[in-house]
Amino acid sequence: MIHFERVSKRYRGGRSGLHGLSLLIGEGELVFITGHSGAGKSTLLRLIPRLERLSGGRLMVAGVDIAQLPKRRVPLLRQRIGVTFQDHRLLRDRTVLDNVALPLVISGVPYRERLRRVRAALDKVGLLDKERAYPPTLSGGEQQRVGIARAVVNRPPVLLADEPTGNLDPQLSAEIMQLFASFQEVGTTVLIATHDHRLAATFGRRMVELRHGELAADYPAQEGI
Amino acid sequence: MARRPARGATPRRVQRSRGERRQERALLQRWRRGSEKTRSSTPLSPPLLYGVRHLQAARTALGRLASSLVHSVLTVAVVGIALALPAALWVALENIERVTGGWQEGAPQISLFLERDLSDGAVMNLAAQLRQRTEVAEVRVITPEEALAELQAETEMQQALALLDENPLPPVVVLTVAAQLEPTAVARLAEGLAGQAQVAQMRLDQEWVERLHALMTLVERALLAIALLLAVAVVLVVGNTIRLTVESRREEIEIIKLIGGSNGFVRRPFLYEGLVYGLLGGTGAWMLIEVGRWSLQTPVQQLAASYGTSHTLTGLGFENTVWLLLGAALFGLLGAWIAVARHIAAIEPA
Repeated sequence: MIHFERVSKRYRGGRSGLHGLSLLIGEGELVFITGHSGAGKSTLLRLIPRLERLSGGRLMVAGVDIAQLPKRRVPLLRQRIGVTFQDHRLLRDRTVLDNVALPLVISGVPYRERLRRVRAALDKVGLLDKERAYPPTLSGGEQQRVGIARAVVNRPPVLLADEPTGNLDPQLSAEIMQLFASFQEVGTTVLIATHDHRLAATFGRRMVELRHGELAADYPAQEGI
Repeated sequence: MARRPARGATPRRVQRSRGERRQERALLQRWRRGSEKTRSSTPLSPPLLYGVRHLQAARTALGRLASSLVHSVLTVAVVGIALALPAALWVALENIERVTGGWQEGAPQISLFLERDLSDGAVMNLAAQLRQRTEVAEVRVITPEEALAELQAETEMQQALALLDENPLPPVVVLTVAAQLEPTAVARLAEGLAGQAQVAQMRLDQEWVERLHALMTLVERALLAIALLLAVAVVLVVGNTIRLTVESRREEIEIIKLIGGSNGFVRRPFLYEGLVYGLLGGTGAWMLIEVGRWSLQTPVQQLAASYGTSHTLTGLGFENTVWLLLGAALFGLLGAWIAVARHIAAIEPA
């Protein structure tokens, strides 16, 4: 599904990225990407929907060579990849409903169908009663969940989450992680970048540890969980 | 494996066949998650999807205009006034041309005062010759006797005239020029006739009309220049407004691109905004002209009455109103396009 072949990413100004990273992620897998800040977790995620261009190596996503993808096809790629961000990236002047509906508006889903799917997504993240609220009036955890609803509303085959539990308390963090796990159960490939190694370990899923832009460890999923 | 670039090297774009590229799109479009074998809803057909997208964009644009109402109204007002200026001048010019056109239709007359010693036969000959010419609609001969009789009847100089030994008046030929003749052609004809040996003096009652005509041509040119300048102004005003809107919505644009909005998707509402600015501005210009026309109606009628004629001010008329609105919409769209074309492609999510 997602295949990094000796991928490297160098930023201008010498900021560290990735150095010859090779990684294969199968369809329907849930993988935690862990490591300290600056280890390259975000970079790894951002390369997949081509929010960053890679500087070397090859990245195949769903049989498509990301580096070779023409610019005008990039939106199509991004529409098939759900992403949540640490800083949520929500439209502050739109309601929760409009925010979550945005990916469907982009892919031209008719209004009625859109409303149905937005409500389903909001229901899934437990925010159905907040659909008329504006993001700044919500708590951090709620905003994160709005971001998740927006990421999954288009039923993407791949879901990427960058530090989804950023500043949340442990219980809320566990809930959010559980939510991501539930998307994996319906066949979505889920990649979660987190610095919280211990929280990730409690799920017993595959964990990929990065250090200084290189693969440090790859713990396979534990059976029976 | 040969095409895999060396570590650290920037991947080079490899030329690929059309088939490969199409396959790539199909791969992305058919890409579903494992559990989902078919789409739960059938996608819209491409032309319908296109229509839906434009409707969405138009609605978004109207929503944005409504959300910053004061700013929108101000922009529309500026566009409207800028368009009203040349349009109003044009209407004024049309009206002036209609009035003077009426005078011209009385057709210019050329009076030829002939040499006094010319015999009646020679005068008649000349008149007959002139009648042959296509530029001449009508020829009237006034013999010295007729002229004298007219003079005696119309003035109170009978006694003075009676003192004269002989008739001092020359024979006169009055030509009415064919109506379709251009003022310059009339002038050329008149000069030609004045050069003839039998003609002592020529008078053309046309010169002021000609001057007016030249003046109007000048005004028309100036009007064209003003219209062009103001059209550029409209394009710039709309362009600047849209550019500011793009700038203030930078974050939104980034987010939309982040989740897969194409440049076209982002651009469309802005283009509609420009179009609406143009259209509303054009409508505003039309209203300004109508208000102006309505308020000038009475004074113009009074003025016309004092000259013993009547004149009602004409407006733009249906056809020209359509042109005004079309042009305004086009300028608005153009302004938006200029503001947006490169700007939006340059905004990349970070």
